[in-house]
Amino acid sequence: MTNFFRRLTGRSQPPSKDVARDRLKLVLIHDRTDVSPAIIENIKDEIITVISKHVDIDRDGVEIKLQQEDNENRLVADIPILKSPRRRAR
Amino acid sequence: MSGTVITVTSGKGGVGKTTTTANIAAALAADGAKVVCIDADIGLRNLDVVLGLENRIVYDIVHVVEGAAKLKQAMIRDKRLPHLFLIPAAQTRDKSAVAPSDMIRICDELRAEFDYIMLDSPAGIERGFRNALAPSNRVVIVTNPEVSAVRDADRIIGLVESEQKGPPSLIINRIKPEMVKRGDMLSIDDVLDVLAIDLIGVVPEDEQIVIGSNRGNPVALDEKSRSGQAFRNIARRIKGEQVPFMDLDKQDGFFSRLGKLIRPGG
Repeated sequence: MTNFFRRLTGRSQPPSKDVARDRLKLVLIHDRTDVSPAIIENIKDEIITVISKHVDIDRDGVEIKLQQEDNENRLVADIPILKSPRRRAR
Repeated sequence: MSGTVITVTSGKGGVGKTTTTANIAAALAADGAKVVCIDADIGLRNLDVVLGLENRIVYDIVHVVEGAAKLKQAMIRDKRLPHLFLIPAAQTRDKSAVAPSDMIRICDELRAEFDYIMLDSPAGIERGFRNALAPSNRVVIVTNPEVSAVRDADRIIGLVESEQKGPPSLIINRIKPEMVKRGDMLSIDDVLDVLAIDLIGVVPEDEQIVIGSNRGNPVALDEKSRSGQAFRNIARRIKGEQVPFMDLDKQDGFFSRLGKLIRPGG
């Protein structure tokens, strides 16, 4: 029903309540853990610095996220390693 | 008798804490329970006007705390319901005039005489909220289906649980069924999905609430009002009854109004 009207009125955006719910979920993960997006950025920068000392990584591809699964919050890091046939000398 | 202290709180202001407190108290008292409401919002008192008792105030809770009045002297009897009383907040003082230990002492005294002691908490998470939480046996959190109100409710849930006063239950106030249907307002399920606590009531947005406040008559005493029915249902759930949630999709159109004239209640 809602979808029908949306197509009829040419609205392609998701319903605003879905946007609200998703934004809330994200902001609450940060509120509950008391970890702000700025702290995440700092963690990311420091992880990049530490890991780069040992491994060549794709700095732009690094992702640090707070995730919530059931009652657990976890910090998830995804750090792509650069493909290199041989270890580069420093 | 050992009464239950119910704290009504929200974090965010303007979501309907005072209206909710007044209406649940009125519904409980109309059903025969002995109820006293305490306005814990020192400096911004309002529960008196919502209940229509503003002209009868002589002493307030700060007088009691400071020993200038006995608890009985500060209790105002409702003009409609003989089992309903109000202890008003002071208007010219601030939150620091009362400490959590004062609230515990006052509530302990009231428990002997009343079935329910309803505490209307101020907005925020500071002293006034702490005062309202300290003596609590049961916490009811009022929210609106909006991001700011839900976010603050989540913060309050955390604080209530860290004070070992949980688990709180939730009232979703001022929901507009037609906006939910359109996908432009968080639904009951959305809010519960985010907050993950027990629901104790859903109150639809209703002009009668404003009209009731204008006159100092809680809608819970208006048999025909939908929001009044919602508050009466909450009161029954607080007493431990199993009451199904109202069907909010039912529009308040001409035919349903006609139906209500014939068959009051919802």
